[in-house]
Amino acid sequence: MTYIASDTEAMLEGDDNERAFVETKRQHPLSGFWRTPKSRVGLIIFAAFVLLAIVGPMVAPFNPNALTDDLLQPPSLKHIFGTTLTGQDVFSQFLVGARSVMVVGLIAGTVATLLGVIVGINAALFPGFADEFLSALANVFLVIPALPLIILIAGFIPNGGGWITVSLVISVTGWAWGSRVIRAQTLSLRNRDFVQAARATGKSTSSLIVFEIFPNLVPIIAGGFVGTVNFAILSMVSLSFIGIGSSSDWNWGTILFWAQGQQALSQGAWWWFVPPGLAIAILGMGLTLITLGIDEFVNPKLRAGGLDLKALKRAKVRSRVGYTAVLPEKGRS
Amino acid sequence: MKYIARRIIFYLITAWAAITINFLLPRLLPGDPVQALLLRFKGQISEQATQSLYVLFGLDKSQSLWSQYISYWVQLFRGDLGLSFTFFPTPVSQVIGQSLPWTLVLVGVSTVIGFALGTAAGVIAGWRRGGWTERLIPVTSFFSSIPYFWLALLLISIFAVNLHWFSDAGGYDILTDPGWNLDFILSAAYHGILPALTIVISSFAGWMLGMRNMMVTVTSEDYVVVAHAKGLSERTVNFAYAARNAILPSVSGFALSLGFIVGGTLLTEMVFSYPGIGYTMFQAVQAKDYPLMQGMFLVITFAVLFANLVADMVYVFLDPRTRSEV
Repeated sequence: MTYIASDTEAMLEGDDNERAFVETKRQHPLSGFWRTPKSRVGLIIFAAFVLLAIVGPMVAPFNPNALTDDLLQPPSLKHIFGTTLTGQDVFSQFLVGARSVMVVGLIAGTVATLLGVIVGINAALFPGFADEFLSALANVFLVIPALPLIILIAGFIPNGGGWITVSLVISVTGWAWGSRVIRAQTLSLRNRDFVQAARATGKSTSSLIVFEIFPNLVPIIAGGFVGTVNFAILSMVSLSFIGIGSSSDWNWGTILFWAQGQQALSQGAWWWFVPPGLAIAILGMGLTLITLGIDEFVNPKLRAGGLDLKALKRAKVRSRVGYTAVLPEKGRS
Repeated sequence: MKYIARRIIFYLITAWAAITINFLLPRLLPGDPVQALLLRFKGQISEQATQSLYVLFGLDKSQSLWSQYISYWVQLFRGDLGLSFTFFPTPVSQVIGQSLPWTLVLVGVSTVIGFALGTAAGVIAGWRRGGWTERLIPVTSFFSSIPYFWLALLLISIFAVNLHWFSDAGGYDILTDPGWNLDFILSAAYHGILPALTIVISSFAGWMLGMRNMMVTVTSEDYVVVAHAKGLSERTVNFAYAARNAILPSVSGFALSLGFIVGGTLLTEMVFSYPGIGYTMFQAVQAKDYPLMQGMFLVITFAVLFANLVADMVYVFLDPRTRSEV
């Protein structure tokens, strides 16, 4: 028995390989997604940060604003991430700040994805002027550099606004990519056989969208959402780092703003600026891994990359261009 | 050339959109921040300069929105972007003129290096997929998620503060004389290494991942199999057949990445106090210098549009399909 690694779960691609379909047990479509190590690691990281955002502000040992006499202390048992120049506890700032980072990321991601879905699907379904206009609008927003625009808008709002305002500003600049991908996918789905067949049975356009097209857009939308959350978190932290917005409203960008402003670098206070940046990078890595997992889920060709390295080595197969490794199946139901 | 013409029209529309956003923002958002600033500088600003700021920010309520829009355009065509409040009383256009070359060189050099290295690494990773390069993907996605400004902080902390290899701030040694002399150019290059390194490291991973995925997709195409069947060497198949086609999305996706890289560069400059657009924008934000912020936004957008046009021309060169179109 052999299986070609890239074809096992080709469910989304209209499935031209029915044999593989019969041989593997029928599984929940998402189990393939979970079995990819990339998406699994990504989801675990993401869940950990969601937990941090929920629990963090409750378990913070100190008031993040409280000034103490422990000035610029390196990490210790009392102050796990050390203290700032004014004796504030960095660990507490970190825990309290987690929530606004995640909230802004998720709100902005949701709003931007909704905008992208609405614009993308409509552009694909109404060819002609509507499509031209909506696509041009999306492209304009894609090309205009996002961060300067966000800085400009946020700069005009008194005090940079609260969480909600910042999230909305970010989503206004971040919806375009999702809408472009969704439009392309909807266009390609519209002419697939199963949609044509459904149309031939006399289904209305709205039920075609809801029951035939939309379910097949879900992975793309999910991928866009994760990518936008990543973009939103980076933008939000950048804004706070520049000093736009309220500087007493803790998030990881604010910590870095104070660290940079109060010369943490020249005083060698690495504990002050390393944890927040590291957290952003790990969270970003988790989100990127989820996106890569979704990509592999949608495009089975990419999945061959996830071949078991040890199995390849055992079989003495050296992978190269234009060559899909075929391995004996072992221990797989 | 129809393709290029269409792109140019699109960029003109985008430029119009950016200018219109710039025009509408101060008029739509609540508060009158500029009025407050004008009052603070009352008596120091000449009559004519005040008038130009009135036009830029729509403080003259007696005019209709439409006539404000027209006078805004007229003023823009004269190159008048108002006065900067931070560098009072220098005109915004002059402040931008001083800082723009720094940013252009920094972004230009480091983007080209990052693109070349990342794409080459992506070709190798896609070519030998399943090999050890596969393990690099989590690592590269980690690096691509690092905020630019944080990486800049780390590099300063390691190479400037601890090792004293590089300087931690500024764009050149103030003892040298800015201009076309060797001392100054060497000093500027020396100061530029760390900021450039920041941008190269941060942008590398994105190019690599994109190229790797395209390589994997392209290598299962029929023409690659045929090339193999013809007995061509692996190297020829890889570079002349697979990579040649896989690079197209990287070039056409340049627009997106560039916007992101430019954003990152602005932040990097702020951390390094590098005398470019980013650092000046930082000062403008701190001082709530609205005319300068708006001018910066326009210039950055125009520069990105121009770079995109160049990328389009490269694309036409790489992809004959765009040329065959009548």
